[in-house]
Amino acid sequence: MTARTVISFLMALLLGLCPPIAAVAQGFAGLGTTAEGFAVPQPGKAFAFPSDHGAHPDFRIEWWYITANLTGADGKAYGVQWTLFRSALQPGEREGWSSPQIWMGHAAVTTPERHFVSERLARGGIGQAGVTAEPFDAWIDDWRMQAAAPVAGRDAVADVTLKAAGQDFSYALNLTAEGPIVRQGQEGYSVKSAAGQASYYYSQPFYDVRGTLSLPGGDVAVTGQAWLDREWSSQPLAADQTGWDWFSLHLDSGEKLMGFRLRDSGAGYTSATWIAADGTPSPLPPGALSVSPVSTAEVAGRTVPVGWHLTLPARGLDITTTAINPHAWMATRTPYWEGPITFGGSHAGRGYLEMTGY
Amino acid sequence: MMRRTAMSALLSHWRRRPLQLVMLLLGLSLATALWSGVQAINAEARASYDRAAATLGQDRLDRIVSGTGAPIAQSEFIALRRAGWLVSPVIEGTLRLGPTRLHLIGIDPLTMPAEGMAGDIGATNDLLAFLTPPGLLYVSAETAERLSGQSLPPLKVSASLLAGIGMTDIGTAQQLLGKPGEISQLIVARGQRQGLPPVEQIAPGLVAKAPDAQGDLARLTDSFHLNLTAFGFLAFAVGLFIVYSAIGLAFEQRRATFRTLRSLGLPATTLTGLLLAELVGFSIIAGIAGVLLGYLVGSVLLPGVAATLQGLYGASVPGTLTLRPQWWASGLAIALFGTLAAAAQSLWRVWRMPLLAPAQPRAWARASESGLRLQAAAAIGLFVATIALAVFGSGLVVGFSVLGGLLLGAALLLPVLLALFLALMQRLTRRPIAEWFWADTRQQLPGLSLALMALLLALSANIGVGTMVSSFRLTFTGWLDQRLAAELYVTARDEAQAADLRTWLTGRVDAALPIWSVSGEVRGAPAEIFGVADDPTYRGNWPLLARAPDTWDRVATGTGALINEQLSRRDGLVIGDSLMLPGGWTTTVTGVYSDYGNPLPQVMIGIDALTTHYPDVARLRYGLRLPSDNVGALSEALRERFDLPPENLVDQASLKRRSLDIFEQTFSVTAALNILTLGVAGLAMFASLMTLSTMRLPQLAPIWAMGLTRRQLILLELARTLVLAAITLLAALPVGLGLAWVLLSVVNVEAFGWQLPMHIFPADWVRLAALALAASLLSAFIPLRQLAAISPSDLLKVFANER
Repeated sequence: MTARTVISFLMALLLGLCPPIAAVAQGFAGLGTTAEGFAVPQPGKAFAFPSDHGAHPDFRIEWWYITANLTGADGKAYGVQWTLFRSALQPGEREGWSSPQIWMGHAAVTTPERHFVSERLARGGIGQAGVTAEPFDAWIDDWRMQAAAPVAGRDAVADVTLKAAGQDFSYALNLTAEGPIVRQGQEGYSVKSAAGQASYYYSQPFYDVRGTLSLPGGDVAVTGQAWLDREWSSQPLAADQTGWDWFSLHLDSGEKLMGFRLRDSGAGYTSATWIAADGTPSPLPPGALSVSPVSTAEVAGRTVPVGWHLTLPARGLDITTTAINPHAWMATRTPYWEGPITFGGSHAGRGYLEMTGY
Repeated sequence: MMRRTAMSALLSHWRRRPLQLVMLLLGLSLATALWSGVQAINAEARASYDRAAATLGQDRLDRIVSGTGAPIAQSEFIALRRAGWLVSPVIEGTLRLGPTRLHLIGIDPLTMPAEGMAGDIGATNDLLAFLTPPGLLYVSAETAERLSGQSLPPLKVSASLLAGIGMTDIGTAQQLLGKPGEISQLIVARGQRQGLPPVEQIAPGLVAKAPDAQGDLARLTDSFHLNLTAFGFLAFAVGLFIVYSAIGLAFEQRRATFRTLRSLGLPATTLTGLLLAELVGFSIIAGIAGVLLGYLVGSVLLPGVAATLQGLYGASVPGTLTLRPQWWASGLAIALFGTLAAAAQSLWRVWRMPLLAPAQPRAWARASESGLRLQAAAAIGLFVATIALAVFGSGLVVGFSVLGGLLLGAALLLPVLLALFLALMQRLTRRPIAEWFWADTRQQLPGLSLALMALLLALSANIGVGTMVSSFRLTFTGWLDQRLAAELYVTARDEAQAADLRTWLTGRVDAALPIWSVSGEVRGAPAEIFGVADDPTYRGNWPLLARAPDTWDRVATGTGALINEQLSRRDGLVIGDSLMLPGGWTTTVTGVYSDYGNPLPQVMIGIDALTTHYPDVARLRYGLRLPSDNVGALSEALRERFDLPPENLVDQASLKRRSLDIFEQTFSVTAALNILTLGVAGLAMFASLMTLSTMRLPQLAPIWAMGLTRRQLILLELARTLVLAAITLLAALPVGLGLAWVLLSVVNVEAFGWQLPMHIFPADWVRLAALALAASLLSAFIPLRQLAAISPSDLLKVFANER
């Protein structure tokens, strides 16, 4: 799923983390179109694992993004988000406080009634946050995505534990991949606009999840599916793109669909990848996927389209999505909507929806 | 219609007697000015403390600090974060830049809770510049000016920072301060998760501190401001004497008008209402003038106060006043309150005045025997209560209440004493003119007693405060000589240089005495712990107030500690008591030393004990003993060899000079207020004499008719003024000395934690006497000129117009 967060993060900076960061954001916006000094994604690059699971400090932005659709022992549907963003003020890494790398974490738990959110910020170089590729470990404060003991022949992030906590919630999950890493776009080169902005992008959409959510009402044992998105880039979006609607869907058939629409002043830009049950990706041409809102909700004083109609004629897909909790509002420094959904129609299943710019 | 006519009739009085109006307005505005000037200074200082306390949100947020005063390691910060604690690191330190010092605060904007960020820091578009080398340094506009040209990170002006404070990124600050990886304190964000592992489990030695709404500065300086307030109030009270006599006079002289108006049908309620309206009008005019004048007084005094606060407490207070709306309001309110308090008696009389009361002035209310007896009883009662308070009460407010009781009791007693004295003199004289002189003085006493009371207050305050300041200066100078025994004080830039310095100094000086200290909490309050070498310099000179027989041996072996007088008094610690020090170890008190000018508790332990218990102590500062002729050569050599900036090398003489400067500065405000108060008292005297002189014509005319010349009359009047002032001066002496005693033994102990021996300075009294007599003569001058200018026909008319 998500270039989403590119802007999510940029806007976080823009709209005022602490005031000084607002400052940077303007610098960012200026740099946003020209990647001064930063590396730029090139088509045809082959990923090398496990090193590409780690950080790429020469690129401006990067994230480790996990969403999970879970079912509790109580029979209720739950959603979990765990995200670590990296944003570089300058390319490269330096030791200590002078590190130009800034890290941000977002964590959330969604129930049909509640939506718990927490956010963290840290500087690189001092050990408060970071990612190491081998053994894989990604952390900010006490939030952590950590590889289990390595097993020969399995990918470095195939088995991980995931932890995060906010003021009134926490979770600890074990994730086990039941399928391969999936390269999005052209072998991992994902184009984000007609003008050619692109990112490196791969996913692990085949996690089985087992674990515990700690909520104000008590602990809930959960099982379900999770999806990891890894993306890094330096020139994420075109200047006129104002927001996006992003879907990651687990079909009951075992197939997966990643699709998004980037909104702009015109018709927008849609892109999608159809992932077979064995993990074989089929990138679809821009415009193959069409999305349109069917219902809205009043969230945080805004009108947000929380129900969608998606059609992908090439695959005979015609579905309508429903949010498990329409009020899954991420009241972070840059607010956005992100939550678990279910869908029915030509296909049934569950997934995650992210919407920014509303 | 009636009302308007009545009002203009009442007001016409002032047109005929502009001088009286001037006195009234002047008295009121002076009183308001002194009061509101002091209030303005206090308000400005308090606003600064609040800003200082709020710079890092210390007033609202919990903090984590090291229990031993040692710096917090950056790894401990990371460990706490990774255990789930939402804490943000802060480093603080002093940066010496040539002649200026900058209090540098380094923060991490990414983890700092929003309420921990001072106002506009970082509100500009500079995060990139703030976080990455060379960083940005936020300072106040004033500080930016002082720092221009220094090799510092680019400066940014912030309106929310106090002068002398610089805020920058923690990485930049660590580098500038030469403290890589060090943290001074951690700010704890609100809304920590339940069930986090305890801090001491993650980082042993760190302790949580609750937010401090008042701030250390506000607490430390509290007594200083209470002092100022007390003086402001004294000045206000003295000013009210003028207002009281001016209003009393105006009411007396308008009795005829009142009666006429009442006879014409004006109800007593309306008349009182009109007079009240008149007074309110005057008090508003005088109040506005007073507030403006007070602003002036405050502006003149503030730089001195600011310098004092900086010198004594390290508190940064701007040298310029801000006009605050609440200050206008309080100035006007106090003027109004003062007027009404001073006029209450007169208004009451008008309200109760029988319609057909005699219309002539009563030559001022005459004090009856019984009235004086009542006053004496009140004074004695007040003295008894004051003594009881002094014996049984405690606290600074009690100290000032004792002062107030003493002054008020003395003021009440003064007319009684004067009456007794004059009666005695009258009985002792036989010659008719002398007898008339004493009798006439007695007759005038009730009218003058208020002014004399004001004079007594001003003189006693002057003697009391003067005695205190001079006693303090004498003690302080002697103490400095003991305390600053080393000839040269040198501070290394860093530990490496300090090690070089120690080696280099070996053989070049008689002794290099370490002056190393850590800060930490002792018995629940911030304190300093110094290490002291076993050296004759200390054994022979240190100003001990109390000691065990083997004090220095026990300090040297690490089994004993010296504490300063402040700590001893505050907690009632005496020789032999055990004392728990930061880090949780316990030692025994074996000595108490005087430590003037230091607001903090202090402990001295053996240098070995210091380095054992606090291995991280900074070892930068040394006091060097050497023959005083060599000081110049050695400091030159030190400067050359170690490239030390001038402020790192201070010789004894300039250190003493600097200390004395701060001392003098501290009392310059007090002295200024003292002089102003005396001036106001002189004015009160003048107002009273003016009042009396106009009424005295009927009493002087018969004497003149009996053959005394006007010249003789004038000389007699002058003599009378001098006699009264002299007696008041004599009465002020014991009161002033009592005041000094209370200041030295009660107020100082409560406010600062030290007691001072009292010394007496008769030469100061002579100067004050001359000043006071000159002031009273001056105040008699205009009334007497009128007498001199009076024509015989006017004196004759007295008989014709005998009312």
